[in-house]
Amino acid sequence: MSLVKVTIDQIEVEVEAGTTILNAARIIGGGVVPPAMCYYSKLEGSGGKCRTCLVKVAQGSAKDPRPMPKLVPSCRTLVQDGMVVQNITSPEVMEARKAITEFLLINHPLDCPVCDQAGECHLQDLSYDHGLADTQTVEDRRTFAPIDIGDKIKLHMNRCILCYRCVMVADQLTDQRVHGVLGRGDHCEISTHILKAVDNDFSGNMIDVCPVGALTDKTFRFKSRVWFTKPFDAHRECTKCSGKVVLWKKGDEILRVTGRKNKYGELEEFICNDCRFEHKEPNDWQIEGPRKIERHSVIGQNHYEKL
Amino acid sequence: MQALTNRSKVVSDKKMTFMERIYIPAILKGMSITIRHFFRKKISINYPEQTREFSKVYRGQHVLKRDDEGRERCTACGLCAVACPAEAITMIAGERKPGEENLYREEKYAEVYTINMLRCIFCGDCEDACPKEAIFLTDRIVVSQYERSSFIYGKDILVEPLDQSLRIDISARQTEKVLNFKQDKRFAHNK
Repeated sequence: MSLVKVTIDQIEVEVEAGTTILNAARIIGGGVVPPAMCYYSKLEGSGGKCRTCLVKVAQGSAKDPRPMPKLVPSCRTLVQDGMVVQNITSPEVMEARKAITEFLLINHPLDCPVCDQAGECHLQDLSYDHGLADTQTVEDRRTFAPIDIGDKIKLHMNRCILCYRCVMVADQLTDQRVHGVLGRGDHCEISTHILKAVDNDFSGNMIDVCPVGALTDKTFRFKSRVWFTKPFDAHRECTKCSGKVVLWKKGDEILRVTGRKNKYGELEEFICNDCRFEHKEPNDWQIEGPRKIERHSVIGQNHYEKL
Repeated sequence: MQALTNRSKVVSDKKMTFMERIYIPAILKGMSITIRHFFRKKISINYPEQTREFSKVYRGQHVLKRDDEGRERCTACGLCAVACPAEAITMIAGERKPGEENLYREEKYAEVYTINMLRCIFCGDCEDACPKEAIFLTDRIVVSQYERSSFIYGKDILVEPLDQSLRIDISARQTEKVLNFKQDKRFAHNK
């Protein structure tokens, strides 16, 4: 495999040819990594929808040093040798990201106080970093009634940003997809075929891949805010999946089970519904220790022990 | 050892003089100090007949407000509890059922909401954190009780009465200056 040299925000890095700019930035890590709402490294074909990862390519390659005419989505653009990319060093990119955030929030309801995702929501983080406190739109937001898809998952279509991640999970992880995106353009909507229940062994992963609170765990619904629960790494013998999970405990009670997410909010391993929904007794799990939480996260709030 | 103040006197057991032994001058001296205090201006007041003037922004007992239609504003978001430096606030959220729309404003509400008044330091951070304008500190004093358990205030004490005339007035805390400050604060994270 040939290595190519690429400069992102004046930091030079050598990556394999065929890597995307986003993944090259993730190799560098830190502040130069563009935020991504729809790209998911474990889902094939994801990315290119939300436009939050737009970056500026100041120099296309060593052979053709012309800049790219428009901002490019870094999750879908492959690096070329000698490419110079600007992310946080370009005011143009920051301006565009601010506008994209505003676009994503056009139809997003202001119901963070109610939403179970608050505290671990990517859109919340994004709007906190780039968003405006005010909106310029005067039109009504589109509204839908919450739907039960299956007996374990609740769909709040109001909150959906149409990242298609959940559809890809269903496509690539389960053998029979029964939900998808209906309608076009502004009328797009995630739904199942006439409220058909989603009941596949791995359908629960939709909840974890959802960057916002559109798909939430019904067994955890309104039980507690995430920052009042304490996350623990745990595992169990499971025939269907690896059984490696994070338990969200309040006292001795296990309120929620999720997969383990890395620092970009992506699951390390997909877990099965058995582990996620059916095992909430402390005896079911071998606890490995407290989950490391990023220092800036609200989940670490009021936890004085070193998480 | 060096004295800490210059008021200390070295104690001695020397024999008292006659004037000292009859004690009368010393008693008179003491009484004159006591009697002088009778004519001083009183620093105490006859509470509860008399009450002191309160500051407009006095922070006393909390109230959970209802909106104009009488629905509870609190949606159990937990921001007051996480903002509370004394960790006095706890809550359990519940889901609003169909038909309860006239009781609760949002689809989630606080089923149980308690403030431990012994822990509370009346800093007002809960009021600042509240995104729903639901909790306010008022000019009411938290009354004394005989038992510690009676200081754990639940929703029965905290939520204001449904009756329009018995609502707790918090307009003094919502002056233009305060509202402007809150307006500025919204942008504080957007530097």
